[in-house]
Amino acid sequence: MLYDVIVVGGGPAGLAAALEAKKNGAESILVIERDAELGGILNQCIHNGFGLHTFKEELTGPEYADRYIKMLEGTGIEVMLNTMVLDITEDKTVYAMNKEQGYMNIAGKSIILGMGCRERTRGAIAVPGDRPAGVFSAGAAQRYVNIEGYMVGKKVLILGSGDIGLIMARRMSLEGAEVVACVELCPYSNGLNRNIVQCLNDYNIPLYLSHTITNIKGKERVEEVTIMKVNDDTKQPIPGTEIKFDVDTVLLSVGLIPENELSRGVGLEMDPRTSGPVVYENMETSIEGIFASGNVLHVHDLVDFVSAESAKAGKSAAEYVKNGAADATGTISVKAGTGANAIVPQKIRPANVDKLVEVFFRPVNVYGTSAIKVMAGDKVLSTFKREHMVPAEMEKIVIPKKFLEQVEGNEITISIEA
Amino acid sequence: MYDVAIIGAGITGCSLAYELGKYNVKAIVIEKENDVAVGTTKANSAIVHGGYDPETGTDMAKYNVKGNERIKELCGKLDVAYKQIGALVCAFSDEEVKHVEELKARGEANGVQGLEIWDQAKVREEEPNISDEVVAALYSPTTGIVSPWELAIALAETAALNGVEFKFNAPCTNITKDGDVYTVETPAGNVEAKYICNAAGVYADVVNEYVCKKSFTILPNKGEYYLLDKSQGTLVNHVIFQCPNEKGKGVLVSPTVHGNLIVGPDSQPSAADDVSTTSDGLNFVRTTALKSVPSINYRESIRNFAGVRARTAVHDFFIFEDKENKGFFNISGMASPGLTSAPAIAVDLVKMMGESGLELTEKENIVDTRKVNRFKHMSHEERAAIIKENPLYGKIICRCETVTEGEIVDALHRPIVPTSIDAIKRRCNAGMGRCQGGFCGPRVQEIIARELNIPLADVYQDRVGTRIITGETKEGGAK
Repeated sequence: MLYDVIVVGGGPAGLAAALEAKKNGAESILVIERDAELGGILNQCIHNGFGLHTFKEELTGPEYADRYIKMLEGTGIEVMLNTMVLDITEDKTVYAMNKEQGYMNIAGKSIILGMGCRERTRGAIAVPGDRPAGVFSAGAAQRYVNIEGYMVGKKVLILGSGDIGLIMARRMSLEGAEVVACVELCPYSNGLNRNIVQCLNDYNIPLYLSHTITNIKGKERVEEVTIMKVNDDTKQPIPGTEIKFDVDTVLLSVGLIPENELSRGVGLEMDPRTSGPVVYENMETSIEGIFASGNVLHVHDLVDFVSAESAKAGKSAAEYVKNGAADATGTISVKAGTGANAIVPQKIRPANVDKLVEVFFRPVNVYGTSAIKVMAGDKVLSTFKREHMVPAEMEKIVIPKKFLEQVEGNEITISIEA
Repeated sequence: MYDVAIIGAGITGCSLAYELGKYNVKAIVIEKENDVAVGTTKANSAIVHGGYDPETGTDMAKYNVKGNERIKELCGKLDVAYKQIGALVCAFSDEEVKHVEELKARGEANGVQGLEIWDQAKVREEEPNISDEVVAALYSPTTGIVSPWELAIALAETAALNGVEFKFNAPCTNITKDGDVYTVETPAGNVEAKYICNAAGVYADVVNEYVCKKSFTILPNKGEYYLLDKSQGTLVNHVIFQCPNEKGKGVLVSPTVHGNLIVGPDSQPSAADDVSTTSDGLNFVRTTALKSVPSINYRESIRNFAGVRARTAVHDFFIFEDKENKGFFNISGMASPGLTSAPAIAVDLVKMMGESGLELTEKENIVDTRKVNRFKHMSHEERAAIIKENPLYGKIICRCETVTEGEIVDALHRPIVPTSIDAIKRRCNAGMGRCQGGFCGPRVQEIIARELNIPLADVYQDRVGTRIITGETKEGGAK
C-alpha cells in the first residue's frame, strides 16, 4: 500500500491537513495519532473561545475538534489511533507502531507533519530552589484536572502569563483552589488580552509584571515561593523586592516548543528562531514532499490559524502528489529585520505562488503606531500600518505575487518601524 | 539474625551487597528512602575517573584506578550504560601547563595507563568546540561516563537475586551492641546483625557515632549542575575538566551516557539534606563552563539539580573496622572519586570482613548477568519481534526518550520494586527527556498504580510524601 498522503498527528493541524488534501484530489490518506482519540490537545481545552474565525461561533476545544472529526466521516480518510510514529525517512517511509498491528513501515508519496508542540519546563528556565512535588507545567495540570478529574493543588502560584497558564488560573479557581498570583518576567503579558481580563481580572488574581520566581522551598510538596522584581533590561532580580507566598503548587506557563524529533531525525532544515522546520510558501519543508503545519512549525495563538495553515499544507501535499516538485526558480529568502522574529514561511518560490503569499511573524516587543516594512535591498516593496502590536499576538501580512516579481536578488526583509 | 547489615543503599552499599551476594552470607541493606541510589549516587557528575587526581599512596588513588577497571567489567555484564570516552584536563596558562604535567606524573605513579599531554593543535583537532584559550591538556584515555544510579540499581537487583535482602523507608536512628550482636534501630523495625557496614554517605559520621568514638566528620558539600538537551550532547567528545583546585575537580563539561550534556558542579558547604539549587550557584556553573566550551547553549537546558558530596577534612576515604567494635566497618568519606572506587572497595571490604571472622563460602549458583530491554536501542527487526512477543512494547509512554509500556512493566517486576515516578525514570529513562515527564508522568503513575495495585494518589513523584494529586475535582474524572 502506497498512500498519497500520510499525516503524522491527529490534532487540529493533522485533521485540517488531511481534509484539505482529500478535497484537492489526494486519494488515499492516512492519519496517524498517538493518543486514543483524535483532536490532540483540544480535548483537554474545555474552555470556550475556539472557532471564532473558522466557524464564526465560539466553541470549546472538544467541540472544535468534533467538527473536524465529523467532517472526516465518509471521506475515506483512514485513521490509526494509539499509534506512535518513531521515524520517517527521506523516501517517505513512516515507521510506526501500536499494540495490535505491531511494528509497521508505511510508504507514502507525501508526508504532512502535524506533531504540535510541548511545554517548556522548569529546567528550561532554571528556576532555582528545592525540587519538591507540586511544580507542574500548566498543560500537564490541565490534563489532570480536565481529563483525569484530579486536583493538583490547593494554593497556586502561576509563573508565566502564557494562555494555558491564564486559562488554568481560572480553572483552578473554579475548582476551589486559591490562585494567589500570576508572575510574568516581561513588562507585558504573554497571553491574549481577553484571557487576562476573563481569567485573571474577573477572579481578582494579581498579575505581577517584570517579576520572576527566585526560590522554591519545600521538602515533599512545594511550601513557599519567593518572587522578585527584575530589571527590565538585564532580567536580573532587584535586591530588596522579595515577596513570599505560601503555596503548595506552582504552574509554569513559560512558553511552548515545537516537537520536532521526527523532523530532525529525517534531516529537515530547521529554523532556530521558530524551533520548527524551514518551509516554503506552501508549507513544504527542505525535503520535497514533506510538509509541516500547525504548532510543529511555529507556535500559534489560536487554533483557527492552525487549521488555516494546515489546510494550506494539505492542499499543497495533494498538488505535489499530482504535479510533482514545485518550480524553485528565483527562490526568495524571507529575513527578519529590526523588530520582527520567527518568520514563516522562511522561503518563497515566486513561480509557485498563485496570487499572494501570507507571511507570519512575531514582533519582538510592544509597539504603538508603527509600520511593518517589506524591503528588497533598499527598495520598499510594501508597508503595512499597525496601531498596536505585541509579542503575544502573531502578525500576518499578505504580499501579492506582483511584488515578489519585482524582487531583484534573492532576499526580502521584514522589519518594524516604530 | 543477619550476618551482615549494610546501612545505606547508595553505590557503596549496593556494591557491597553485590559482592556479599556471591557468598553464603545472610545480608540485608537498610535504606532510609524508598529506593536505592537516591542520595549522592543519583546527583553527581557521573564520571568514572581515570585516577590521576588523588595523591599517590592514598586509598583514593588505589581504589580509583582499580574501580575504573571494575566498573567497565560490571557495566558489561550487568547491562549498564557506560562509555569510555576519555577526559581532557585543560590548561589555560603556562602555570596550568605545569599543573597538568604534574597530574600526568601523579597519574603514572598511581598506575593510570595511557596519559598524554596534548598541545593546542591536538586539543582543537579532537575538540573543535573547546575554547581557543586552552593551550594544552592532559588526556586521560581511561576516563569514562556511566549512569551511576543504573549501576547501583543493577548491583542491587543482582544482589537481591542472589539472596541479599533490602529494607526501605528505614532510617537508622540508633545502633546498639550486645556482645557480638548489633541491633540497628529503625522506625520500620529493628535488624540484628553480627557485622555492620556503614555506607550512609553524607550521614556516615552520625551512624558511626551510634556505636564508635568519633573518628571522622562528614563536611557535606553541595554541587549544582545543568543538564542540557541532546542537541548539546555532541558539543564535546571527552569529559572536559579545568585544572583542579582546592575546591575540587572544578566545573566540567561532558556528554552523558544518555546523550545529554552535563555541566557542573560548583562547591559549597551545605546541610547534608540540602539539594536546592541557587541563582548564584547556577550562575557560577554556567559562566565557568563557558570558559572551557564557549558555545554551550543554555536555552537548551532541561534540568538543574544539586547533589551533596560526603567530604571530610582528609582527602581520603575511611575504610576500616573499628578498633574497639569488632565487626563494625566503615566505607565513609566517599567524596569523588567515590563512585568510581565503590565497586573496588566492596571487593576488599568483603575480604576484610572475612579476616575479621565472617565465614565466606562461595555460593554454587549465583546470578551474575543481567539484561534490560531498551526499545530505543533496538533495530527495526528487534522492535517488530518484541512487540509480537509482548504487545506492551507497542505502546510508547515517554515520547522524548522512546520508552515503552513493556519496559516500565518489566522494571516494576524486577527484584527491587520501584514505587515512584522518579524510580521508573531511573530505571527506564521515562521522563528524562526534554519535556521532563510533562506527558509521560501521569501515564507512568497509572501504570505503577495498576501493576502494584495501589491508589493513584499514593504513587509519589519521588520520595515518600512527594504527593502529586491533592484530591478530586468537583465532578470527578472519567473514572
